[in-house]
Amino acid sequence: MTIKEALFKYILRLGDDSLILGQRLSELCGHGPILEEDIATTNISLDLIGQATLFLEYAGSLSNETKTNDELAFLRLEKEYSNVLLVEQPNGHFGDTIMRQFLFDAFRLPLLTKLQESKDKTLSSIAEKAVKETKYHLRHSSEWVVRLGDGTEESHKKIQDSLNTLYRYSHELFFVDEADALLKEKGIIPELDDIKTEWTNTIKDVLEMATISLPMNNWKFEGGRMGRHSEHMGYLLAEMQYIQRTYPNMEW
Amino acid sequence: MTVEKKNWPLWEVFIRGKQGLNHKHVGSLRASDSIMAIKNARDVYTRRAEGISIWVVPSNMISASDPSDEESLFEPAQSKVYRHPTFYDVPDGISHM
Amino acid sequence: MEKVDNKDLEMKFQQKIDQDIKIEPNDWMPDNYRDTLIRQISQHAHSEVVGMLPEGNWITRAPNLRRKAVLLAKVQDEAGHGLYLYSAVETLGADREDTIDDLHSGKAKYSSIFNYPTLTWADMGAIGWLVDGAAIMNQVPLCRCSYGPYARAMVRVCKEESFHQRQGFEVMTKLAAGTPEQKEMAQDALNRFWWPALMMFGPNDAESKHTEQSMKWKIKRHTNDELRQQFVDVTVPQVEMIGLKVPDEDIKWNESKSGYDYGAINWDEFWQVVGGNGPCNQERVDARRKAKENGSWVVEAATAFANKRMKKTA
Repeated sequence: MTIKEALFKYILRLGDDSLILGQRLSELCGHGPILEEDIATTNISLDLIGQATLFLEYAGSLSNETKTNDELAFLRLEKEYSNVLLVEQPNGHFGDTIMRQFLFDAFRLPLLTKLQESKDKTLSSIAEKAVKETKYHLRHSSEWVVRLGDGTEESHKKIQDSLNTLYRYSHELFFVDEADALLKEKGIIPELDDIKTEWTNTIKDVLEMATISLPMNNWKFEGGRMGRHSEHMGYLLAEMQYIQRTYPNMEW
Repeated sequence: MTVEKKNWPLWEVFIRGKQGLNHKHVGSLRASDSIMAIKNARDVYTRRAEGISIWVVPSNMISASDPSDEESLFEPAQSKVYRHPTFYDVPDGISHM
Repeated sequence: MEKVDNKDLEMKFQQKIDQDIKIEPNDWMPDNYRDTLIRQISQHAHSEVVGMLPEGNWITRAPNLRRKAVLLAKVQDEAGHGLYLYSAVETLGADREDTIDDLHSGKAKYSSIFNYPTLTWADMGAIGWLVDGAAIMNQVPLCRCSYGPYARAMVRVCKEESFHQRQGFEVMTKLAAGTPEQKEMAQDALNRFWWPALMMFGPNDAESKHTEQSMKWKIKRHTNDELRQQFVDVTVPQVEMIGLKVPDEDIKWNESKSGYDYGAINWDEFWQVVGGNGPCNQERVDARRKAKENGSWVVEAATAFANKRMKKTA
């Protein structure tokens, strides 16, 4: 595997995670529990779509056939998307949405912070832009995890259930393969174990304030990074790709 | 001040812009606590622009002057900012109010 | 302690308005002025929020990343506008959640344009261009309305609104200049939204009972027909410029009035839709009511948390 090939795979993962999570959040527009939260959710969705746009543009320039970010976003087959399973899980209720966000944000913040020092200039500049937004996302999601955990009995149960379900998908965030090994060697990406430590500490602190606990079930779902998705992905892509598939080769 | 009932209390928002000299009243919003109020204010009234100072105050904590001092209207001299029903505590057991 | 003279207060109140001095929340105002404004502003707020739904419908299906981002930003703005307006209505002593409950129960109205379905991507263009265009025409004069908080909310809204119309017009322009399928899509959207957009300005002046008093109080600065005529005059050339056709056989330039004559509006349809029989009335209100119901546990949780924290620091 060449550096370019490894970098393409890696950037695509960052882009796909942002794209699919941004897409999920965009479904919530107009349906949030209160108007102020609608604005917050749309803000986060907009940030993620913005990140996806940059990551996928960069990935496209690294690919063998030089694709645009739109071609990558809208015209790949399901098995070619490399997002983690976590981000394609459905929105569920507000607790599910928040917990999915929290587990993701707690990972992305330390990752993007360290990526600012990447030897790859394009990657480091995208990371620099995304860090500020992600700090904000993590504050939002962790504050809500605490409010729901230490709120009413009902909210406590709901957010604990969300954690029990989604925690099993969070381990895939720390998936590594030879692409990661190659890039780490070249100083392009950081040591993932350090990220995992920070993630674990953030989770621990927030869960404690939220008075909820890690589930006993430590099962690890994976497959997304390898293009083997959950049943949800097909429906998500059908909706997202609809116009491009129905009216191919047109400009919008 | 306990957060009443099921609705979040009303907060007034004051913003000082990047080059500004003082805080300006921009509107109000609903939030359950001051942390949320500031965060919501940042989202709604600044769209997360930087270098901005935000003050939030529970609306029922503001006292205002009587608008027309020349008129001797039969109004209390220091009324609430506006006649919002939730600013006034009603004892338990009173209905239809 | 002097006796309050109502007639005197009303006279001074009207004088203020005539001199274009703003009425502020703590000022004396006739009950009718307060009630009319509460109804008008809350209706405006509801419209912004319900208006998020027909467009929100197409965010997940936007044809490319840029369009997706722009639509997200637009709909987010609308939520923000709703908030500015609810904030203004609360200054009049109305409780925002009470007005929202009225919306959910069917008691309060919102702009009937949002009871029409969005069936194709071109509808996003039509809505931005025509619906936001009509809204701007209504909102710009309101920046000078007599009630301070409403006027200031309108100034804020208008600043953000022009991007909305421009992006809609850009979508339509692109489609009209595209493939035959795209042009057909654009024309079809225009056909479906043209007349409802004209209806946005409300009934004919003759049928509009509140207009005279509202104009006297400067909470309405132009009549329905005046604004409607202005909209037609501005928009018809835009339609022609992008190569589409106005779905009105009777559109004709009238030199003597320096404006277009246009065809008869189907007022039956207008009153049916306003009365609840539009294609999407049920869905729109259901969606908003469900959002609040499904989210009530979240609101309660935040309140409970805030109270716990307060007890701790007390």
